[in-house]
Amino acid sequence: MLTIEETELIKGTLERVPNVTETHVFDAMWSEHCSYKSSKYWLKQLHTTGDHVISGPGENAGVVDIGDDDKLVFKIESHNHPSYIEPYQGAATGVGGIMRDIFTMGARPIANLNSLHFGSTDDRRVIDGVVKGIADYGNCVGVPTVSSKCHFFDCYTENPLVNAMTVGYTNKEIFTSVPKQKGVVVYVGAKTGRDGIGGAIMASEEFSEGEDKRPTVQVGDPFQEKLLLEASLELFETGAVIAAQDMGAAGLTSSTTEIAIKGNCGIEIDLSLVPLREEGMEPWEILLSESQERMLFILNPEADVKSIFQKWDLDYVEIGTLTDTNNFTVRVEDNVVCDIPLEALDAPELQRPTEKVKREDINIPVVTDFDMNWVWEQYDSQVIGNTIQGPQADPAIVRIPNSKKAIAMTTLSCAPFCYYNPRSGIRNIIYDCYYKLLSVNAKPLGITNCLNFGNPENPNVMHDFKEVCLGMSETCEELKFPVVSGNVSFYNETSGKGIMPTPVIGGVGLIENYENSDYNISR
Amino acid sequence: MKTAIIIFPGSNCDNEMERFLYAYTKIKPIRVWHKETRLPNVDMYVLPGGFSYGDYLRAGALATLSPIITELKKTDRKILGICNGFQILCEAGLLPGTLRINSTEKFICKPMDIITWPVHHQRRIPIAHAEGNYYHPNPAKLVEEQKVAYSYYLYENNPNGSTMGICGIRNNNVLGMMPHPERAFESYHCSQDGFKILEDF
Repeated sequence: MLTIEETELIKGTLERVPNVTETHVFDAMWSEHCSYKSSKYWLKQLHTTGDHVISGPGENAGVVDIGDDDKLVFKIESHNHPSYIEPYQGAATGVGGIMRDIFTMGARPIANLNSLHFGSTDDRRVIDGVVKGIADYGNCVGVPTVSSKCHFFDCYTENPLVNAMTVGYTNKEIFTSVPKQKGVVVYVGAKTGRDGIGGAIMASEEFSEGEDKRPTVQVGDPFQEKLLLEASLELFETGAVIAAQDMGAAGLTSSTTEIAIKGNCGIEIDLSLVPLREEGMEPWEILLSESQERMLFILNPEADVKSIFQKWDLDYVEIGTLTDTNNFTVRVEDNVVCDIPLEALDAPELQRPTEKVKREDINIPVVTDFDMNWVWEQYDSQVIGNTIQGPQADPAIVRIPNSKKAIAMTTLSCAPFCYYNPRSGIRNIIYDCYYKLLSVNAKPLGITNCLNFGNPENPNVMHDFKEVCLGMSETCEELKFPVVSGNVSFYNETSGKGIMPTPVIGGVGLIENYENSDYNISR
Repeated sequence: MKTAIIIFPGSNCDNEMERFLYAYTKIKPIRVWHKETRLPNVDMYVLPGGFSYGDYLRAGALATLSPIITELKKTDRKILGICNGFQILCEAGLLPGTLRINSTEKFICKPMDIITWPVHHQRRIPIAHAEGNYYHPNPAKLVEEQKVAYSYYLYENNPNGSTMGICGIRNNNVLGMMPHPERAFESYHCSQDGFKILEDF
């Protein structure tokens, strides 16, 4: 929720009191989850460049060049809070969200990976739900889940971590959320319902006992995602797309405003045109719904592409246009319900206080009673037929379609190292990742990071975060191993008990010719 | 041999099936969208794996309402259904029996040793399914009529609770099986037995 100071700040910028809809919009856009207000100062310090980096952090996912017009698009993302409230749907929609980030850029997802942290092996509610959620979603869409790691420690009992990563491939144009010209705003995919309203705000707060947060969790439908994936890739081929953005956290609000801010223009939409699943939805509910499997495209007004969506039985509606006003204008027919300057939506950057704390010794239990094959066999690791090494091996290796090239990839974390010394802990993790890729003759290309931390208002947590960012920055620069995308998840705390600093790294490397190596695969 | 792949919304093993058939026949398979009302003139129609209509209702059930299924019921050319394709063929009544949720209640993805019927040859082909628990009330009759095409190698190896460990059924020109031969032909696959499945048919 907005603090009193933030509300005053907003009133000052607008020179008036925001109405109900506008307040909800600010509430979502200024949430930690959407604005990165506590983290952006430190994230700017990361090493993010390289000759092969086509697009670094700031876009839906990072893009690297692997020669011959081939490009890889990858990112890791957390879905921690929803997975604790409702493990199955939370984990499933996490996988759905990250895959959408990849195909929004015009790339076809070719591999899914995940890194999971649970309280203990006895926590069957969360473990069974999360694993089944990930499996059902990825299997149905038809993207192989080639790597999965599970970690167990007490601090994750009420704060399980579900981090999902997707790697995509394309040899065609990359599409971004930056519109280079004006166009019509088109809504495609599933209908909008009341699920997931306030999800971004929920993920920006600590949990306390007894609260029912279930309505803030989204519900996934992998079949819709598969249709949306195929339809979107078909649409990109037509050349009609000016910009694309998936509807993730804060749904329609963040996707529309992000495009307009990046395009340095305004945007105007009419909510009465949005396809709805339920009756009587308030404008702010439509704006903040996090219903899944929806996309926003800016299309060339002359383009006639509706038939693609008819073929795939998906909704396709023109809901507005890009404008010259630099405002975010929302109408319900002729009635303007929200009209705010876009620059006001950018939450002010915070430099939260940091303070080092002396760590007490902890006992890391050795887990022997958990069968990882039970997890791995639930994932379809072979679909698409390109998997060279699946989850049983590390790193995973997936061949590039119709080519001799292959991609090695892995996710790594080691929270106890970071608990004792965040700076050298992250250094250790990145080196480990780098050498894992080298071990299969892959050239390390870059990493994506998922930074899972406790409450940033706690100076000790912020200190850990700062140290991890600085450590990551040094190590990546030293190894020329840039960070091309990432995600921050704060507020992993329930009833005042937070997690250890848990940065998760997803590393990707290129194997020029997979036939040159003989892989030792347990099939 | 000319082939065609029938594609439903939610089919997701179509691309590897295309590569697999091309590697075997050296002719590019024709892709047929499920809304088509005419079948192309080829020697074999293939229904690939996936989750047609998201497995809503029951796996394969909604796909049987597609116009192309009516055409498939009329043809005497070969029809091969893999995984979801097998489920569709059973739902459409082109093959006897039905496929239930695995007895483990979990999706299973792993390589399996299977054997051909009635003469036993061993093949190593991966499975990947959540509803592959084949059920038929009278398996002895299926064996007698030579409708059993494949079963898991040993009874103890039965991964999903299928009647007699059956994983493939044939009926005249139609063959359906849960294991994925299109995931067993490249050098890096668990075996290269996939082509043998096409030869068996």
